[in-house]
Amino acid sequence: MRQHLDYLKETPSQTAGPYVHIGLAPGAAGFEIYKQELGRDIAGPNAAGERIRVEGRVIDGMGSPIKDVLLEAWQANANGIYAHPESEGDVEDGFRGWGRVITNFETGEWGFDTVKPGCVTDGNSSVMAPHVSLWIVARGINIGLHTRLYFEDERDANARDPVLNLIEWEHRRATLFAKRGERDGKTVYRFDIKLQGEDETVFFDI
Amino acid sequence: MKPGPYNQRDRQWQPAALTPDYKTSVSRSPQYSMISLETTVSEVTGPVFGHNDIDPLDRDLLGNFAKPGESPIGERIILHGRVLDENAKPVPNTLVEIWQANAGGRYRHRKDTYLAPIDPNFGGCGRTLTDKEGYYYFRTVKPGAYPWRNWVNSWRPAHVHISIFGSAFAQRLITQCYFEGDPLIAKCPIVNTIPDSEAIEQLIARLDLNATLPLDTIAYKLDIVLRGRRSTLFENRPEGN
Ligand SMILES: [Fe+3]
Repeated sequence: MRQHLDYLKETPSQTAGPYVHIGLAPGAAGFEIYKQELGRDIAGPNAAGERIRVEGRVIDGMGSPIKDVLLEAWQANANGIYAHPESEGDVEDGFRGWGRVITNFETGEWGFDTVKPGCVTDGNSSVMAPHVSLWIVARGINIGLHTRLYFEDERDANARDPVLNLIEWEHRRATLFAKRGERDGKTVYRFDIKLQGEDETVFFDI
Repeated sequence: MKPGPYNQRDRQWQPAALTPDYKTSVSRSPQYSMISLETTVSEVTGPVFGHNDIDPLDRDLLGNFAKPGESPIGERIILHGRVLDENAKPVPNTLVEIWQANAGGRYRHRKDTYLAPIDPNFGGCGRTLTDKEGYYYFRTVKPGAYPWRNWVNSWRPAHVHISIFGSAFAQRLITQCYFEGDPLIAKCPIVNTIPDSEAIEQLIARLDLNATLPLDTIAYKLDIVLRGRRSTLFENRPEGN
């Protein structure tokens, strides 16, 4: 008898399409239907650590900003703990670590407020530099793109980061570094994501 | 045995980034290879949702936007099924969100300019959490097909967009559900971004007369499968480490 492995196959992905906003961010898209929209507050009021803003655009292969993107962010708190049972330790009351934003329909700019995450220990050994996992969907993107935002001012931690070190071409690692700046006394990190071209952002098959 | 990394995605089952017949993908598809990464704690974790996040009415698209005593135009349907992982284990308590056009094929979205009218009693989005057995259900109307600019005469088959979280960021998935018997499915360049016809079958909800409410609502069933993970039988480390 032929033996079978009895695994199911993952459901195939399809593009989120041009109207993803009405499903996942209807308020931002212009109509309030839910009492509570999810993903608007990543860190909550009690989170420790540096308050930062992260901003950017997603640029297509023609060099134009994409104006119908939805991004989700997933991050640890300032102590490197995720708000999830598989992360050892506790997070502050109200810290969720997850957020969702859409780009401005006219400019393609997106942005979110959060706290800067800490270094994250994976398993019991390797230490990853502070990073925010990003997931990008839009019309024309058949399966959500995973990337990571690292902080350019975390030079030592970045140099030791096991994931960054998987990227063979050192100059491509720089596509994952958000640039630190300041506006009205607030720290703003800039992170443009390029889908194509010489400085195409590194994406991960996780 | 403790849970280990998630199974890698089968990239020959999933659509590629570049699929020229779906024209928008051409300038939006990364061209360099992705970096393959065994899931770390950043990917085996993910947002957790609870009943405080949503309202029980959110799953009822027949009622969540309708004026009191009214309901949307269209074929009343139940869309239901289970969320499982590749090991056939139910995924409980996970957030499922849907959005769709109304029965005429028009979205309540300011960028949608199709001729079909907006339905004053239909918002077009809903969300729910799966129960302990991974089961979910929605009430809605069957969406209409609609034209879109790809070739001059491209029509999307009737579809519902579905977003699912699972319990890890690695499982995050957005897809679309089609309906059994629709002749537009085979013609659609978005459907055909999926290379394997068996994989396409996984997105086609089946007519389910056993779940139909007589004289009220017809049912379609779609099970959704998210990535599974292996158990750690052996530590995957070089000797002496
Ligand atoms: Fe659609």
